[in-house]
Amino acid sequence: MKKFAVAATFAAALMGTTAIHATELEVTHWWTSGGEAAAVAEFARAFEEAGYTWIDGAIAGGGGTARPVMISRITGGDPMGATQFNHGRQAEELVEAGLMLDLTEVAEAEGWRDFIHPTSLLDSCTLDGRIYCVPVNIHSWQWLWLSHKAFEDAGVPVPTNWDEFAAAAPALEAAGKIPLAMGNQPWQSSGAFGVLAIAIAGSEAWEAVNIDKNADVAGGEEYARVFEAAAAAREFRKNSNVQDWNQATNMVITGQAGGQIMGDWAQGEFQVAGQVAGEDYSCLPGLGVNEIISTGGDAFYFPKLNDPEKEAAQLALASLMVSPEVQVAFNLKKGSLPIRGDVDLEAANDCMKKGLEILAGGNILPDGNQTLSPDTQGQIEDLMTEFWSSDSISAEDAQRRYAAIIAQAD
Amino acid sequence: MTDTALDIRASAGSQARAEALTGPNGPKPRPIISPRNIMIYGTLFVVSVYYLLPLYVMIMTSVKGMPEIRMGNIFSPPLEITFQPWVKAWAEACTGLNCEGLSRGFWNSVRITIPSVIVSIAIASVNGYALANWRFKGANIFFTILIFGAFVPYQVMLYPIVILLREAGLYGSLTGLVIVHTIFGMPILTLLFRNYFSSLPEELFKAARVDGAGFWGIYFKIMLPMSLPIFVVAMILQITGIWNDFLFGVVYTRPENYPMTVQLNNIVNSVQGVKEYNVNMAATVLTGLVPLIVYFVSGKLFVRGIAAGAVKG
Amino acid sequence: MDRAGRPNQLFRNLNAKIASIPMVLTAVVIFTGATLWTVVYSFTNSRLLPRLEFVGFDQYERLWSSSRWIVSIQNIMIYGTLSLTFSLVIGFVLAAFLDQKVRFENTFRTIFLYPFALSFIVTGLVWQWILNPEFGIQSVVRSWGWENFVFDPLYNQSLVLYGLLIAGLWQGTGLVMCLMLAGLRGIDEEIWKASRVDGIPVWKTYLFIIIPMMRPVFITTLVLIASGIVRLYDLVVAQTSGGPGIASEVPAKYVYDSLFLRQNLAQGFAGSTMMLLTVLIVLIPWAYLEFGGKKRD
Repeated sequence: MKKFAVAATFAAALMGTTAIHATELEVTHWWTSGGEAAAVAEFARAFEEAGYTWIDGAIAGGGGTARPVMISRITGGDPMGATQFNHGRQAEELVEAGLMLDLTEVAEAEGWRDFIHPTSLLDSCTLDGRIYCVPVNIHSWQWLWLSHKAFEDAGVPVPTNWDEFAAAAPALEAAGKIPLAMGNQPWQSSGAFGVLAIAIAGSEAWEAVNIDKNADVAGGEEYARVFEAAAAAREFRKNSNVQDWNQATNMVITGQAGGQIMGDWAQGEFQVAGQVAGEDYSCLPGLGVNEIISTGGDAFYFPKLNDPEKEAAQLALASLMVSPEVQVAFNLKKGSLPIRGDVDLEAANDCMKKGLEILAGGNILPDGNQTLSPDTQGQIEDLMTEFWSSDSISAEDAQRRYAAIIAQAD
Repeated sequence: MTDTALDIRASAGSQARAEALTGPNGPKPRPIISPRNIMIYGTLFVVSVYYLLPLYVMIMTSVKGMPEIRMGNIFSPPLEITFQPWVKAWAEACTGLNCEGLSRGFWNSVRITIPSVIVSIAIASVNGYALANWRFKGANIFFTILIFGAFVPYQVMLYPIVILLREAGLYGSLTGLVIVHTIFGMPILTLLFRNYFSSLPEELFKAARVDGAGFWGIYFKIMLPMSLPIFVVAMILQITGIWNDFLFGVVYTRPENYPMTVQLNNIVNSVQGVKEYNVNMAATVLTGLVPLIVYFVSGKLFVRGIAAGAVKG
Repeated sequence: MDRAGRPNQLFRNLNAKIASIPMVLTAVVIFTGATLWTVVYSFTNSRLLPRLEFVGFDQYERLWSSSRWIVSIQNIMIYGTLSLTFSLVIGFVLAAFLDQKVRFENTFRTIFLYPFALSFIVTGLVWQWILNPEFGIQSVVRSWGWENFVFDPLYNQSLVLYGLLIAGLWQGTGLVMCLMLAGLRGIDEEIWKASRVDGIPVWKTYLFIIIPMMRPVFITTLVLIASGIVRLYDLVVAQTSGGPGIASEVPAKYVYDSLFLRQNLAQGFAGSTMMLLTVLIVLIPWAYLEFGGKKRD
């Protein structure tokens, strides 16, 4: 350990970016795809410029692999300096157990509540009136990414909403394309379902199920239509044999697949591939049906380290993360929306601008992560993984089991 | 099954005698070309292909360029050999901002494996010796528990050990992981040593007692010098076992201490753009290299080891 | 030594007792204590952090109503049965073949056993690559002219277990073969002579004389393989991650996910307690007969 630290400081000194005795902070996250890594590098750069040392603790394999490691390290008494979680309830118990640093003072001094928009982001970081995390971006799930090349090859116009997409699917298939690309990881299955739910059942039904945990609505007619649509989409995705979301995105980029339901982070991959929104690909918020986006995203938590020097570094990193310059630099690379209502995203492309408009218009919902416990989310993920990958479970069965999970949800 | 034990002892003395003892016992051989021989060699040959294929594919894939992989088939030899994937896997592959490839994991694995092997073998050999030669009241109860422990799914103990290590302030450290490996290596190793020491002639032990040698005296002066082969066997078992561990590495260490297997899984699963199958395969070969070398170098001893450890009971 | 009159029980073999402290601690604190701890907490409603709020059998009810757990159990039973059968049969047949005074015995043995030196992670990744329909066996056979050839076990729900099995057997049968070979070599030459004199066919000798004589070897092998099967985790993580869908989920993965991912400790504890129960029911009687019953005097 010591050797490592010495080497890191030495390297930093050689590069001339930091003072020799820079406080170092290990930051864990699961941003490992091309676009993500480029974005997180912006944080690292800003932090090092401020005279600290960023020790990158990337954990590959998505949040599913990374969160267990983070949580067991925090509860195991070996906390990192800062760690990524999704907004919402993932770290709730850690905060309750008093393992997280209270950021309220910094937040109040800098007036976070005044510029963080929507304020629900900060609410998700708040427990008993104290603030424990820094939201860094807004991610919304409700996007359909479409490959212009795939539709050209199939000889059909690029659809403008989900119904047109469904209608065009046979043509895509006839042209040897996979209509809908989707990775096999559980979170992707349940995410795609959530998107269909908001688009098809509408925000009221969605809120009844996800916020009020109303099992009757979950078993009701609006949701029946959602499950039917999902069963249809299940056919479209049949041949997409990939695991990771960005491999699925890559199929859209190369025109092997017609489209993908994926959050706005897919944007980063298109950007890395040098594609232009509106020319090479299109994006339809809310699947082009219901232009509503959810405001989930990532937040950073700072475990208590009981070391004043490190604590100062933690607070410095916290305030850096919400500062306007870092927000712009980070979110442009990440393809996500900034958490500040007051920054200027001139450089944003078409898709991001659409998102910003919807955000400004207030057509927003909280994210599932903010309303459901990880346990309930896990159960839904299991169900959705099973449902999306196998014809043996019918839409009605799936809905019945879904309603049962919602009935037990906490 | 005393033969196996005999085997090991014999091999320490004279290789030739060991050969004589372990010679095949099957029916007498018949003329070289006979239906029976064709069947036997045919089967063995076909099965060998199944066993060798993955190794072949791994190596071939790792020296091809990506365009060739996309065009050609996985069984064809490379048209153009490139070591770029190996270089990338070893030193450049990225997980997040860390682009150090597998090299860091390799050194972590070395730093985990060496102390774990030494500590676990030292403790288990003394345990086995105490159990075999110094039976004290209750010893067998603990031994039985230990053996039961070998079959308890690790998952049952995973979390309590997190708590124990945290309370000891060792969670996430290499020391903690060494302790975990020592604990979980203990049942099989203790069994191995107990059986081996039990198979040594008891007269040796009794004579030493009469001469007034004590517990440690007998261990160091009589038992150790006689048991070099079993120590080698234990080392082989532990080096491969610990090097190949994934679960403990992922649960009980922090990312900067990740062993090679965990890092391999990370590199293969962190896709930046297109999956680079050649780099993945090079990384896979690299991770498998150490246990493979141990295996090929130790050869017969490895075989004897697992046979002795498992067959005797 | 006996100057004190009666030897004090506590201090007899004192050095041996001191030397056994690590073993005793492991046996008592880890193997017994930690296991009991897990069982006790499986009756609570612990979430992210363990806490003692007892909820009876709630966790078990939920466990057995979860279709993922049921699928996991089914998978491990199917995989386990097939894996046990095939490794014993293949292992024994290979060992019997190698025991025929074949040439290059060492070479063959080396070939059959080397995968055992590799980790499940490596095994899983290699086979994932070979079974990849885009580049692996399927595409090669297609390029030979069978355009419609389909071989994608890792992407087919009903075949994925066999995909795992191919990899698992590749890694593990060498060990079984070695154990069997050692067993065969332990058989007295006289038995063979006698059976030849009596004119008993070779296959009959194997089936009715040799195999019954090798009972202890078979039992040990069975126990070794079975305890490995219950733990099956790394291979699944590397090769399929439990997919497609939940078709290759296994109990160990359910436990890991509940403990560390779903933030539902008690659910994970309940799952691991069920795994423990299976082991106790299936393995311990055998292990006891093998190891506990034979005390040396």
